Amino acid sequence: MSQQPHSHGINDGSHESHGSLKSYIIGFVLSLVLTVIPLVAVLNDMVNGNAALVVLLVTAVLQFIVQLVFFMHLREEKKPRWNLMALILGIVIVLTIVLGSVWIMEYNNIV
Amino acid sequence: MLDRIKDFASGFFVTGDPLIYGADVAIVLTMIAVVAVLSYFKKWGWLWKEWLTSVDHKKIGIMYIIAALLMLFRGGVDALLMRTQLVMPDNDFLKPEHYNEIFTTHGVIMILFMAMPLMFGLFNIAVPLQIGARDVAFPFLNSLSFWLFFMGAMLFNLSFVIGGSPNGGWLAYPPLTEKMFSPGVGQDFYIWGIQISGIGSLMTGINFIITILKMRAPGMKLMKMPMFSWSVLASSLTIILAFPILTVTLALLFLDRFLGAHFFSLDAGGNPMMYINLIWMWGHPEVYIVVLPAFGIFSEVVSTFSKKKLFGYKSMVFALMSISVVSFFTWAHHFFTMGSGADVNAFFAVSTMIIAIPTGVKIFNWLLTMYKGKISFKLPMLWTMAFIPCFVIGGMTGVLLSVAPADFQFHNSYFLIAHFHQVLIGGVAFGYFAGLYYWWPKMFGFTLNEKLGKWAFWLWNIGFYVCFMPQYLLGLMGMTRRYSTYGWDTGWFGLNLVSTIGGFLMGIGFLFQVWQILHSIRFMQKDKTGDPWDGRTLEWSIPSPAPMYNFATEPRVGEVDDWWEEKQRLAAGQAPQPKPALEPIHMPKNSGIPIIKAACWFVAGFGFVFDWLWLAIPGLVGVAVCMLAHSFNYDTDYYIPVDEIKRTEAAARRGV
Repeated sequence: MSQQPHSHGINDGSHESHGSLKSYIIGFVLSLVLTVIPLVAVLNDMVNGNAALVVLLVTAVLQFIVQLVFFMHLREEKKPRWNLMALILGIVIVLTIVLGSVWIMEYNNIV
Repeated sequence: MLDRIKDFASGFFVTGDPLIYGADVAIVLTMIAVVAVLSYFKKWGWLWKEWLTSVDHKKIGIMYIIAALLMLFRGGVDALLMRTQLVMPDNDFLKPEHYNEIFTTHGVIMILFMAMPLMFGLFNIAVPLQIGARDVAFPFLNSLSFWLFFMGAMLFNLSFVIGGSPNGGWLAYPPLTEKMFSPGVGQDFYIWGIQISGIGSLMTGINFIITILKMRAPGMKLMKMPMFSWSVLASSLTIILAFPILTVTLALLFLDRFLGAHFFSLDAGGNPMMYINLIWMWGHPEVYIVVLPAFGIFSEVVSTFSKKKLFGYKSMVFALMSISVVSFFTWAHHFFTMGSGADVNAFFAVSTMIIAIPTGVKIFNWLLTMYKGKISFKLPMLWTMAFIPCFVIGGMTGVLLSVAPADFQFHNSYFLIAHFHQVLIGGVAFGYFAGLYYWWPKMFGFTLNEKLGKWAFWLWNIGFYVCFMPQYLLGLMGMTRRYSTYGWDTGWFGLNLVSTIGGFLMGIGFLFQVWQILHSIRFMQKDKTGDPWDGRTLEWSIPSPAPMYNFATEPRVGEVDDWWEEKQRLAAGQAPQPKPALEPIHMPKNSGIPIIKAACWFVAGFGFVFDWLWLAIPGLVGVAVCMLAHSFNYDTDYYIPVDEIKRTEAAARRGV
């Protein structure tokens, strides 16, 4: 199952330390803040229309980055950085799907 | 009470068609025969211990291939039924509803339950051996993937005798497939059959990416990897990015049908075109998923049988990887006629033409590998050489189709049918046949009869052109796909007759392949060398069939085609590299959980198909219990002692 007769599967050797208590707490607090901001802003009608859309999108993207850095340990990966490469490719594909669909289905508004 | 049972049964089972009654009888008789043979020879325990619960990648590969060949038979019979119906105008061999069911199941089975498992079978057989690994990265997951595929395929095939087959085309476009227009259970069989096997495909993709990235033998840099393994990496990458789209799209269709949602309905804000947009985001990469490994097989075969290094290794890698990414940017060419505007169509027409470039690069690489090579015309090489002209023609008609304005003429005509059969049969089927012939000795330890194989080869090839060349013309004459019949006044009779003859020639070719296998089992010619083709990559450095641990000692790799270079060094009189001492080999234990868990999925899927929550919920509970059982099972591995390795090696090398 593994290359080295005495190792125990491919998980061996990849057990790096995954963050510290401090980084987890910072990540947790940041993600809480980023969840509360859009909630409060929208529920209290502080922003409307396009402004609300911008607030939601920006906090969502920041949330995504916080999750990746503090919980998915993107910065700590050793070379070659497969996770980072896979992530970039995944993002490219997801953007293609979303933006491509919006563009293709646009004709609905014309007809 | 009896009346109620009768009433239920007449809706539950498919009734009223003599063809299906005949099939019912055949299925029951075959099942009785299988059970009787297994019981008579007391093989139930053997079957369970050695095969059904096995996590050995070689056995899983063989099971994939057996299942795929059975599905090829079913899909092929569907094809011949269609060709029989179309042989002459105003034919009433099949009723229009039955014809709809047959073209639907033909498409689904050939792509999802024939091409995919045959591909996964070859992945499993070849990849760990080529990269010098002892198994895939996650052997348990591998077994689970197989059983999910198998149960999904069985669920889909069950619709044939219970409840009625789906009849909305192989991609099940709404609004036709919404509850309002397809009230039967056929579409639900379609959704659940594909969803369950789709989970398996996704996991296989993950498994092979990690196997290739993490488990290569020491010294095998990525750029020294055999080309088939590169193609598997490219294909698996496309799988993990594309299959989630399919899963989500079918889940939305399921919500429409099951809970009355309005994602793709005509009213309440739904939009059926969105389904077409989404399904092709999976559907287009899917054709590259199945064809990329075929390209890898051709690369191995061409270089082995020309006795030359593959021409343009780096450009081949670049072509494979760029195809796997660019394939995500061409999907809208499947619906140019939807009318989303000139700018959209122009973009996707250009991206479609661009993807033809790396494919063309590959063709030249293969031709230049053969150039001045010492070519031996064994079966794998024959299929490869038949592939090249066939795929070039198919590819060029594809470029014709990619011209958006012209596509308004070709769209959904027999021109399209001929095009995609030419790339899928000429590219994928020929490629997998080449792969099967190539690795067959490694799988089973004996070679296949060349003479019968050549008969099959010529029947398939001649049959192919006789069947599909007339269809290009029929398309240009205005014959649209999915017509169940046509009139005498259309002038399509002659070409349809020729096409049907070609279809049956391919059917006879398939029978020759079956005969070839049976004949070769009967008059077995053992492959005692482990290297019948004078191969180049690591899988040929070990005995045939490969021992369960693959490599007694871990191979060290220095260059591309390492085994070939090693043989050259030995022939030049250099001393072989000293082998490291044997050590106990760490192996995964067999497990019954995958097959049980997949069976629970089958039960749950069947429950959802008939809207029987009393069956679906216990099925899902069973799935959860299996997950828990596996999570708390720590007894998953063992060591093969050195003595046993020595005994196995001695037995395998005897007669060398």
